[in-house]
Amino acid sequence: MDLVQMQKSLQDYTKSLFLEGILDGQFLQLQQLQDESNPDFVSQVVTLFFQDSDRILNDLSLSLDQQVVDFKKVDPHVHQLKGSSSSIGAQRVKNACVVFRNFCEQQNVEACHRCLQQVKQEYYLVKNRLETLFKLEQQIVASGGMIPAVELGF
Amino acid sequence: MMNPSHGRGLGSAGGSSSGRNQGGGETVVEMFPSGLRVLVVDDDPTCLMILERMLRTCLYEVTKCNRAEMALSLLRKNKHGFDIVISDVHMPDMDGFKLLEHVGLEMDLPVIMMSADDSKSVVLKGVTHGAVDYLIKPVRMEALKNIWQHVVRKRRSEWSVPEHSGSIEETGERQQQQHRGGGGGAAVSGGEDAVDDNSSSVNEGNNWRSSSRKRKDEEGEEQGDDKDEDASNLKKPRVVWSVELHQQFVAAVNQLGVEKAVPKKILELMNVPGLTRENVASHLQKYRIYLRRLGGVSQHQGNLNNSFMTGQDASFGPLSTLNGFDLQALAVTGQLPAQSLAQLQAGLGRPAMVSKSGLPVSSIVDERSIFSFDNTKTRFGEGLGHHGQQPQQQPQMNLLHGVPTGLQQQLPMGNRMSIQQQIAAVRAGHSVQNNGMLMPLAGQQSLPRGPPPMLTSSQSSIRQPMLSNRIPERSGFSGRNNIPESSRVLPTGYTNLTTQHSSSAMAYNNFQPELPVNSFPLASAPGLSVPVRKATSYQEEVNSSEAGFTTPSYDMFTTRQNDWDLRNIGIAFDSHQDAESAAFSASEAYSSSSMSRNNTTVAATEHGRNHQQPPPGMVPHHQGYADGNSGSVRVKSERVAADTAAMAFHEQYSNQEDLMSALLKQEGIAPVDGEFDFDAYSIDNIPV
Repeated sequence: MDLVQMQKSLQDYTKSLFLEGILDGQFLQLQQLQDESNPDFVSQVVTLFFQDSDRILNDLSLSLDQQVVDFKKVDPHVHQLKGSSSSIGAQRVKNACVVFRNFCEQQNVEACHRCLQQVKQEYYLVKNRLETLFKLEQQIVASGGMIPAVELGF
Repeated sequence: MMNPSHGRGLGSAGGSSSGRNQGGGETVVEMFPSGLRVLVVDDDPTCLMILERMLRTCLYEVTKCNRAEMALSLLRKNKHGFDIVISDVHMPDMDGFKLLEHVGLEMDLPVIMMSADDSKSVVLKGVTHGAVDYLIKPVRMEALKNIWQHVVRKRRSEWSVPEHSGSIEETGERQQQQHRGGGGGAAVSGGEDAVDDNSSSVNEGNNWRSSSRKRKDEEGEEQGDDKDEDASNLKKPRVVWSVELHQQFVAAVNQLGVEKAVPKKILELMNVPGLTRENVASHLQKYRIYLRRLGGVSQHQGNLNNSFMTGQDASFGPLSTLNGFDLQALAVTGQLPAQSLAQLQAGLGRPAMVSKSGLPVSSIVDERSIFSFDNTKTRFGEGLGHHGQQPQQQPQMNLLHGVPTGLQQQLPMGNRMSIQQQIAAVRAGHSVQNNGMLMPLAGQQSLPRGPPPMLTSSQSSIRQPMLSNRIPERSGFSGRNNIPESSRVLPTGYTNLTTQHSSSAMAYNNFQPELPVNSFPLASAPGLSVPVRKATSYQEEVNSSEAGFTTPSYDMFTTRQNDWDLRNIGIAFDSHQDAESAAFSASEAYSSSSMSRNNTTVAATEHGRNHQQPPPGMVPHHQGYADGNSGSVRVKSERVAADTAAMAFHEQYSNQEDLMSALLKQEGIAPVDGEFDFDAYSIDNIPV
């Protein structure tokens, strides 16, 4: 694939993520923060998000698997996940967290388990997509090209 | 954790650092927004990283921290190393609001709260705790770009609080100079645009401004006196509504009947040479607004006043006694349960302070002293002694003498009255506040000046006035407080207190002590919090005072009040700080909430509001700006503040809507940063 094609692919791919609602405008904000002096900002932040989220999801699983679920512990985790996912633009993850929190408030263990599954699902999805995105970018850069700015023509 | 800046390099921030260290904050202002030193606290590493990046893109100097404790120690180690703090609400080691309070009290820096939680209650909490702004995650660059305005605002209010009356002009000049800073001026003006006319004058400013300002001062523009009322014209010579004058005014109004009082008759009754009907008319208008606002104000306010006072040490010997008297009375009336007093005492660490009733009376005294009114202190002592015997007005007068005019000056008319009075009262231990406060109540319940006399006796300490006011109110007007709901929300004792507080709270706010933030003995009041609050308004007061609001008590109170009000409403306070905030009358709380510490000019005006930190979100320009606009703005803000506070307080109350609509109509000012619900009202900056 030549450079131009790769760039086009990247653009299309990125657009699809937005169209599917996997990413939202906040992600664009992140991209705007990236420049020559901070060329890897987005991938750095996203990597950090992944690491942190893995930990949170782990904690959540543990907490929900307890005999007696301590919602006081569960809720802050979900809250944080909501915050971090919204900060990087992982819209669907954030939305799933919102639903999760509601059930936490209601102290509905069953529903919370389902919510956790949902959150995990969305999370793995966005993780997967973003990793693909970064790979595309790396390929472009490796080929000596520039990563085109995202143009959301919606 | 400190992160080295990214490749972008802060160098690009320009000479910010170089300019930064020149005296005062003027230089810094000039440098704004670049180089603004921000401390970001968030336990979420993703958000922290993003924020840091965004802030650096705005050319700010950023320091990250993922733990509140660490942030606090950073701040403590380097008191002047930061200009603004941004903190998350939910953190594992410390509640964001706690951090907010600490920072406000100890360092007096503007704090912006942020959270993914956008529920109204949390946002409100931010406001009442004195946050200058509340950002909802995900935070966008646009939101961060303008945070520098909070710093400027706060500084202006601080600068504008002159030591005393005369200094306002200097302050104005200083401000002028800063703006003169040239480029900085552009940046500054941007932020000031929202501010009242001060900003406009400042912006125009520059060199010739200071001189013109001086002249204007004479006209009453910047007034150290309580000119603000004449919002109508900046340039007209202003009448200084001193405490005495105002008392005469109030007496005349009462004589005629609040509803029936007309400027012409009031003027005749007052028989003050040189006073014009127009002066009286505008003052009357403000007064009416003030009364209306008070009507909806909960007791909190009353508490707040007290709280502020508590901060100070028991330098006022006589006061303590008097305070004790009041406290006792209050305790008797049930407003201040003995236990709370004891607790307060313990918290305050000032056993001496607690009068017989165990109320931490001294705290009030402390505050007063803190308010750089050393002479006042003595005066209070003397004045207080008199209080019991003299009619309230007198004590006020005495106090006023002692109190630098600055105090009186800033209160906007409507609010001023109350505030001034409050301040005077507080200082003089007068129940001035009561008067102001009572009036509204009186109006509502056709309460004549009766209560004031009662207050007088209690005046000995600033707190006392509040207390005394309360007592009479309590006894006399249990039903008076039209705020039945408030009773529900607050301990019964509050009703009266609250009202009083509003004014006093306002006054307190103005009293932003000369002391830099760090002087508050926050630590001292740890014991106070919760227990106090529940008990009564006193508790709140105590708490507030203990919270270390000695100096900036006024500002703090205002903001605190708000907090307290909200608290009273049912928020559990776990720290004394909470208590303090609770102490603040609801009205104050709201107003301050929007402004957070900084802006409550309302109270501060008199006392050199300038010192106060403008509550965040509030229209800062009110502070210390004697010009008419500020005055008017202030009035409004105060009103709004009071209303808001009252409103907040009375959320459950029916008044709320009325107050709110009235407020909104009146205000029309929306200095609030917009993140808050209370955009409608602008609150003067009450340096906290």
